[in-house]
Amino acid sequence: MAKTYQEINEKIKRGEAVVVTAEEVIDLVKDKGTKRVAKEVDVVTTATFGPMCSSGAFLNIGHSQPRIKIQKAWLNGVNAYAGLAAVDLYIGVTEIPEDDPANKVFPGEFRYGGGHVIEDLVSGKDIQLEATSYGTDCYPRKRLRTWIRLPDLNEAFLFNPRNAYQNDNVAVNLSSRTIYTYLGVLKPQLGNANYCSAGQLSPLLKDPFYKTIGIGTRIFLGGGTGYVVWNGTQHNPTVLRGENGVPRQSAGTLSVLGDLKQMDPRWLVGVSFLGYGVSLMVGIGVPIPILDEGILFHAAIPDEEIRASVIDYSDAYPQRKPDIVGEVNYRELKSGKVFIQGKEVPTAPLSSYSRALEIAQILKGWIREGRFLLGEPVATLPSADSGITFRPLKERPIQDQ
Amino acid sequence: METSKKIVLKFPRLLADKPIVYRLTKDYDLQFNILKASITPSEEGLMVMELIGEEEDYHQGMDYLLQSGVEVQPLSKDIIWREERCTHCGACTVLCPSGALIMDRDTMKVSFDAGLCVACELCVRPCPPRAIEVHF
Repeated sequence: MAKTYQEINEKIKRGEAVVVTAEEVIDLVKDKGTKRVAKEVDVVTTATFGPMCSSGAFLNIGHSQPRIKIQKAWLNGVNAYAGLAAVDLYIGVTEIPEDDPANKVFPGEFRYGGGHVIEDLVSGKDIQLEATSYGTDCYPRKRLRTWIRLPDLNEAFLFNPRNAYQNDNVAVNLSSRTIYTYLGVLKPQLGNANYCSAGQLSPLLKDPFYKTIGIGTRIFLGGGTGYVVWNGTQHNPTVLRGENGVPRQSAGTLSVLGDLKQMDPRWLVGVSFLGYGVSLMVGIGVPIPILDEGILFHAAIPDEEIRASVIDYSDAYPQRKPDIVGEVNYRELKSGKVFIQGKEVPTAPLSSYSRALEIAQILKGWIREGRFLLGEPVATLPSADSGITFRPLKERPIQDQ
Repeated sequence: METSKKIVLKFPRLLADKPIVYRLTKDYDLQFNILKASITPSEEGLMVMELIGEEEDYHQGMDYLLQSGVEVQPLSKDIIWREERCTHCGACTVLCPSGALIMDRDTMKVSFDAGLCVACELCVRPCPPRAIEVHF
């Protein structure tokens, strides 16, 4: 028997909704079967906590006296995009300070950047704002240097164009030298295999055809309430899928938005990747309403039935070659070692499973207490039948005259 | 009773050219395993080593170091794992050669055993939230 969003929300308001995490639902279904559990359980909470490079925040800093139409801006020395109106800024998490040595001495340390600025803002710290402009009749000021802090800003919202990747590569290094990547340090000759997904807890892996996660879905974002506002960039729903429907490569993505003022630095952590750059670890939790048995079937898929492709980051990835070294599942990855080309290779997650589990439990608590209602999507995301694929850039070199 | 201890030695400028470690072996019968050694531009020396030998010999060796003007401190104080900063992403666990940083496969949480740490510092810069600090 199918349920509706309205019915589940009524139960949540009455404090009667049955909510379990995406980890708990796996054993429940093994014990009782999908038919019974689909009737009993109303919501399954999923979550992920990992570095999400395509993230950033819009800030409206308020008007100075006299007014300035900011043309260039820096927050703690990190460049913020100011090509919007007068005092609207966007700080992206991978931006590094203009005087950062980057990879000039390889591998660069990347100690501070946009991700850290956002963490500092959310921690309530004072941030140095420097801004310049050319001056107009209505906005005469040309320079601004001031401390700012989050509670004093008009609006501050996280707006992340691509988060919560549905599956991701397992990165290895087949070359003979250590390499430094967005998936961490990779030792030569299959020295380690790094992956980055919460597997059986990860939101889009538990709703592989985006039946419930769509535009308007209310989520846990960075410790506050947020929303799915669009599919993420590089959303690629038509990749190869397993028999259970779960993508075997990186596929769907989410674009999410939420009020930074509600957030907590425990769930937004500025991070540095040696030799690569800076980023922000973002905590996201997504509730999946168990509207029918089919939705539950997918929500209860365990780690051993979710597979990921192993890619060589010394050659295939940077050169955009389609070669795949092998395929492993998340149960193997989480065990700490996988077998690739006959060799035992130690694994590291990069995405924090323990923190993701914590988020799934917090969200479960919010829903049980009636503090968090489900948002019914106003539109669905393009799915496996959409024909949408991830296009590579077709370069058309510009000939100089 | 045999003992094995990891210590950090700081040599003032005047002692940087003296064969102090040789005397530890020759006079006090202590085996040593140098984990790290450096001399700063102002010619002060710093050495991280493991010493293995009889308990009594070890204490006499330590007395000799102190009398010679060498500053000695236990190593475990020097690599700091800031648990509150750690996100348990596990990036360090595939780089740590001594098994000091490991991930519990049931809880998927990282832990640090200072007793196993050899202070190689391989984990320090690859840690994304920079939760591991070296204090000398």
